[in-house]
Amino acid sequence: MRPIIEIQDLSKSYGPVQVLHDVSLTVTTGEVVVIIGASGSGKSTLIRCINGLERFGAGAILVDGFALTPSDAKGRRNMSQLKEIRREVGMVFQQFNLFPHKTVLENVMLAPVQVRKWQRDRAEATAMRLLDRVGLRDHVHKYPAQLSGGQQQRVAIARSLAMEPRVMLFDEPTSALDPEMVGEVLEVMRGLAREGMTMIIVTHEMGFAREVADRVVYIDHGRVLEEGPPAAIFDNPQQERTKAFLSRVLKH
Amino acid sequence: MLADLISWAPELFEGLRLTVGMTFGGMAIALVLGLLLALGRISPSAWLRAPVVVFVELIRGSPLLLQLFYLYYVLPAFGLKLTPIEAGLLGLGINYGAYLSEVFRAGIAAVSPGQREAAESLGMSGGQTMRFIILPQAWRIVIPPTGNYFVSLFKDTALVSTISIAELMFQGQLIASDTFRYMRIYSIIFVIYVVISIPASMGVRWLERHFNRSAAAR
Repeated sequence: MRPIIEIQDLSKSYGPVQVLHDVSLTVTTGEVVVIIGASGSGKSTLIRCINGLERFGAGAILVDGFALTPSDAKGRRNMSQLKEIRREVGMVFQQFNLFPHKTVLENVMLAPVQVRKWQRDRAEATAMRLLDRVGLRDHVHKYPAQLSGGQQQRVAIARSLAMEPRVMLFDEPTSALDPEMVGEVLEVMRGLAREGMTMIIVTHEMGFAREVADRVVYIDHGRVLEEGPPAAIFDNPQQERTKAFLSRVLKH
Repeated sequence: MLADLISWAPELFEGLRLTVGMTFGGMAIALVLGLLLALGRISPSAWLRAPVVVFVELIRGSPLLLQLFYLYYVLPAFGLKLTPIEAGLLGLGINYGAYLSEVFRAGIAAVSPGQREAAESLGMSGGQTMRFIILPQAWRIVIPPTGNYFVSLFKDTALVSTISIAELMFQGQLIASDTFRYMRIYSIIFVIYVVISIPASMGVRWLERHFNRSAAAR
């Protein structure tokens, strides 16, 4: 399998505080990588670098041959490559970030029409198919505020998929949800994994990580401390810090 | 009193027509200019931001009356001769545009940063994000304060009487100097202004409640 994402020696600082230290990570097509780690360990920052929501100071990111390079001192960067990467990489946020002034259907259709320049008919057919798939066909003309958190997050997933991304990034997709709604969102993600979507998931749902991940990456204080198949990480962690983290989160 | 009112009605009506025209014309310029200045002020380019900040502060830091005199009496010295109406519309539009730009800037800043991130992660350009995501949401936030400026502009059009635009205030002054019936004519002018501005203010407050309600429902 060829790599679709290659992160090489990525470093990032917020002022004097370095949040990522020489992080390298390669993801192959069809792989599901789950990133775990304590709050503030840099895992969200890492995946937000992949689609350029965060700038970084050193290293490189290659997505399907398109390169993101460090920003210069004034924060400028290569926008043409970033534009290509954003077309290929979808992202789902902790807070959903649906567009509140647009209906569910409009949320899903907007980017295909404006960015991919699809005809409205085609965009609408695609949107309806995706909304049907996430179980929201009956809600397409509602506004986001009329939906539950779980429903909103499923719309957000459909909205990302409408751009036909080759990679999906999930930034703590269930952390803002009431417990009874976590399952419906994980179920949609499970379906995507089964179909072979390349996914990078930041989550605190350890059971889900063990079940769907091809590889689990443990990040601690901005460094990749340990990575491997879920069984190896969860049942036989090599690093003391990984053991300590897992015993903290698995106790609950 | 009624006989006076009837005999003065044509002039007063003509004045009111101009007052309303100056209000809408000035507001149209102010809205466009305010949006452009707001976008300039949040631009990533310091070369655009700096002159916009200076311009807005100069306008907000000086009297509207002085700005009107500048446009009408000083610009001709630089070879730009404006008619009273042109100078009046431009003066009102620039002055209110500077104030509205701050309202718009605050409205744009009030839209959650997650909205921009979502739009950018979908591949939308900065312009598309502004047009389809940020501005439609900022618009709801700025409608009530913009409405208040609109009512305020209606009253401030009285200032353009000083550059010989025959709006309501100007007509009142003409009638006063012809008839010396100061109390009568200025009371009539007073009533005309408040009969328009008070319901307009009530309308703005209704809009405010309406938008707060629909924002809460979201």
